Order: sequence, then structure tokens, then C-alpha cells
Amino acid sequence: MRNALGTAVVFVVLLLAWEALHLVVANSSLPSPGTTLVQLVALFGDPDFWKHASQTSQAFAVAVVLSTAGGIALGVLLGMNRVAGTVAEPILVNLYSLPKVTLYPVVLLIFGLGISARIAFGIMHGLIPLTLFTMNAILQMKPVYRRSAAVMGLTPWQTSLTVVLPAILPEVITGARLGVSLCLLGVLIGEMFASRNGLGYMVMHAMERGDMPTVLAVALLLAIVALLLNAVLLMLDRAWRH
Amino acid sequence: MTREGWIRLLVIAAAVGALEIACRTGWIPMTVVLPPSAMATSLWDILVSGTHWNDILVSLRSVVAAAVIAVVLGFLVGAVIHAAPVVRGAVEPLLASYYAVPTFMFYPVFIILFGVGPGAIIAIAVLLAIVSMISATLVGLDRIPTVLGKTARIMRLGPVERALEISLPAAMPYLFTGIKLSVAYAFIGVIASEFILSGAGMGYAIAYAYNNFNNREMYGLMLLIVLVVTVVNTALDTVDRRLQARLRR
Repeated sequence: MRNALGTAVVFVVLLLAWEALHLVVANSSLPSPGTTLVQLVALFGDPDFWKHASQTSQAFAVAVVLSTAGGIALGVLLGMNRVAGTVAEPILVNLYSLPKVTLYPVVLLIFGLGISARIAFGIMHGLIPLTLFTMNAILQMKPVYRRSAAVMGLTPWQTSLTVVLPAILPEVITGARLGVSLCLLGVLIGEMFASRNGLGYMVMHAMERGDMPTVLAVALLLAIVALLLNAVLLMLDRAWRH
Repeated sequence: MTREGWIRLLVIAAAVGALEIACRTGWIPMTVVLPPSAMATSLWDILVSGTHWNDILVSLRSVVAAAVIAVVLGFLVGAVIHAAPVVRGAVEPLLASYYAVPTFMFYPVFIILFGVGPGAIIAIAVLLAIVSMISATLVGLDRIPTVLGKTARIMRLGPVERALEISLPAAMPYLFTGIKLSVAYAFIGVIASEFILSGAGMGYAIAYAYNNFNNREMYGLMLLIVLVVTVVNTALDTVDRRLQARLRR
């Protein structure tokens, strides 16, 4: 509980630092926390905001579902075969640390300017961490699990579903935590470039008009949503860790 | 090279070859993806003609600046937090979920503070990179074996000597992992900011080529970034693996 109190103090310090920055920046083009909060409440009454928010959440939801399913499947496939795993790992790590935004034009050329490009871009961000975590968890799994599955004569399919996946669940959740936040980042960056809707576009558009309170309000809201999602997955992680 | 290394090379070569064939036979239209050989010749032309050297230098300068600031500042902040357990207890939960926040959405704020230019770009890249360095510093300082501290006391080393000759080398493998991650994040932050909103740099050049339907140049620049980042990351990764192996000795 002392920790929670300390974290709360850190939040207060951050808010004060923001207020101080607002006062220091000349002619205050940087809105104060108060102004931002007022703007955030005003946004909730704006149908335009909800249109953009629903676009973003749609793309985000589809990207999360597809990248989670795909990442786990790919991770299991690579993890069950040691050679495939060691061959793929450096390639995946390198893809992970690549600035994927450079490849966004390719995604746009393939998928066009619609929502599917943003979904694909979100998947590009979210898929790899989940694959890596799943794969490494299987490679480091106690060999006795795999041997028992072999003794019981389970097919590879049965082994994956009834032995491997339950055994590596905590690592998969950790990977999903990273994957989900990167998915959101991918979708948002996609919306910030060559797009006409979504919260990423809303931020860019507000910035072009010099409407800083909206920029900060949306950014703050996204940060809070991301932190809450992360907290839920962190709780699952702790609950399922054996 | 190991057997896996050869297979890996073969897999990559096969993927590149398949893309080349798919493009040349028209299965993938040239207007969407260029064949790898065309990307390579475009890259060669870009490097020889020198049209983008300025962009390349601007980007690399920002990456180096961001990585250096993130590593130095991250190390200092990490060391201070490590020395103050109360602060650490309060900050650590935040560090753990820091990367969940799409930091990138705050790029416009930095443009307000620093103007459009390298300042805002370096700031957002530092913001992305610094937390991995702070975390690595905390882990590194935690893992210094207690026996080394006792040895330092027996040898009556002063605090500075002790830090330079005992703590720093002992924590080095962990610190280096932080440096590696910081460089990777600095690249991501710089290129992405340039791509979204900027007037110079490799990210900007790619966005510009895309907006002008100049696919040839766009693919050449993309290949350049992929190659540069791969070479830098692989080099850092090799050093990292050596240091990690030293830990296990």
C-alpha cells in the first residue's frame, strides 16, 4: 500500500511539473492540466470525437485479435521445432527493432488508404513480440511436459492445446501485454499519416489548427486507456503465474 | 557459422528470391512492390548521385544525439533511483507499464516546445529510449555481487575508485543491454517522427517520395534504412551476447 501511495505522489509531481511547464513556456501555447481536462470533458459531448474514437477502436480491436491469434500460432509452430526456432529468432528480433514506420507506404500500396491498412500496420507491430515470447517460453519449457505428452501418444495438435499452451500461459500474457500496446501504437501512427479518420488523425488535424488542448486531451485519454488495459493484463498475469 | 546460421541465410535468400520472381512475373504488380534487384540499383543510384546524403546525415545525427542523451541521462537517473529506495518503490510500477503508453502521441507537444526540427525529434526519441536504459541500470546495479563490495572495502577503495573499478565493470553486461535497446528505440523514434511531420531526414524523404508516387526512390531509401538498422543492431547484439556469455562464466 505504501507503494501505491508513492506512485500517487509521483503522479502529483508529474502534474505539477506539467503546470510549471505551462507557466514557463512563453505565451502558453502549452495548455495547463486544467484546460486539458475541461477540453477532454467537452470532447465526450462531441459526436465527431466518438466517430473518430470508434474508428480507432475498431481497427485496434481487429488488430489485437488477429495479431494475438497469429502470434500465438506462429510462436507455437516455431517453438515446437527447435531448429526452426533458432533459425527464426534473430530474424524476428531484428524485425522487432526495425523502425516499421518506414514500411508503412508498402502497407498503404498493398491495402489502400482504408481501415485495413491501419489494421495491417497494427498487426505488424503486435505480432512479433507475441511470437517471440511464445516461442522462447516453449523452448525453455520443462522437457518433462513434452515427454509426458509423447508417452501418452498425443498428436502435435493435442500436445499444443492441452500441454504446451497451459504451461506457457504466463509468458503468453506477458507477450500479449507488449503486443497489445504496440498494436495501439501501430494503429495510431497509421492514422497520423495519410488518413482522414481515427484519433491519430484527430490529433494531427487539431495540431494543424493550433488546437493544443484537443491534442493533449486526446493524447492523455489514449495514455490512460493504454495504462488501464496494461493494468488488466498485468492482473491476469499475476493471477495465472504458477 | 553454425548449421542454423546457414539455414537462416538460405531462408532469407529464398524469401528475397521469391519476391524477385513474384515481381518479375507480374504476380505482384510493379506499382505495389519493386523487385529487390530494382530496390538495390535504386539505392546505389541514391548513394552515388548524393541527392539524399543531407537527409541521411540529419537522421544519423539525430539518432546519435538521442541515443547518447538517453544512455547518459538514463544511467544517471537509474543510479539516483537505485540509491533512493523510497523513490524506487514509487517509480518502479510506472517504469513497468511505461511502454504501454503511446508516447508518440505527445510528439505535437514537443513540436510546440522545440519547434519543427531536430529538437522535437530528438526529444521524442529520448522519451522512447530512456526508460529501457533506466531499467537496465537498475537491474545492473542490483546484480553486482555482494562479494565485490566487500573486496572494495578490504582494499580501502574510495567511492569514486569503487564505482569506476568495481561497480561499473560488474554492471556492464546489463548496462550494455540498455544501450542496445536505447539505440534501437532512438532509431524508431527519429525515423517515425521524421515520417509523420518534419522537413528533413530519411523518414521525411520516404514520406515525400510516397506522396509523389516516386516508388523507385522510396524503395531505395527503405532498403537503406533496413540495411543500416540491421547492421547497427546486429553489431550491438554480437557485443551484447559476448558480454552475457562472460556473466555465465
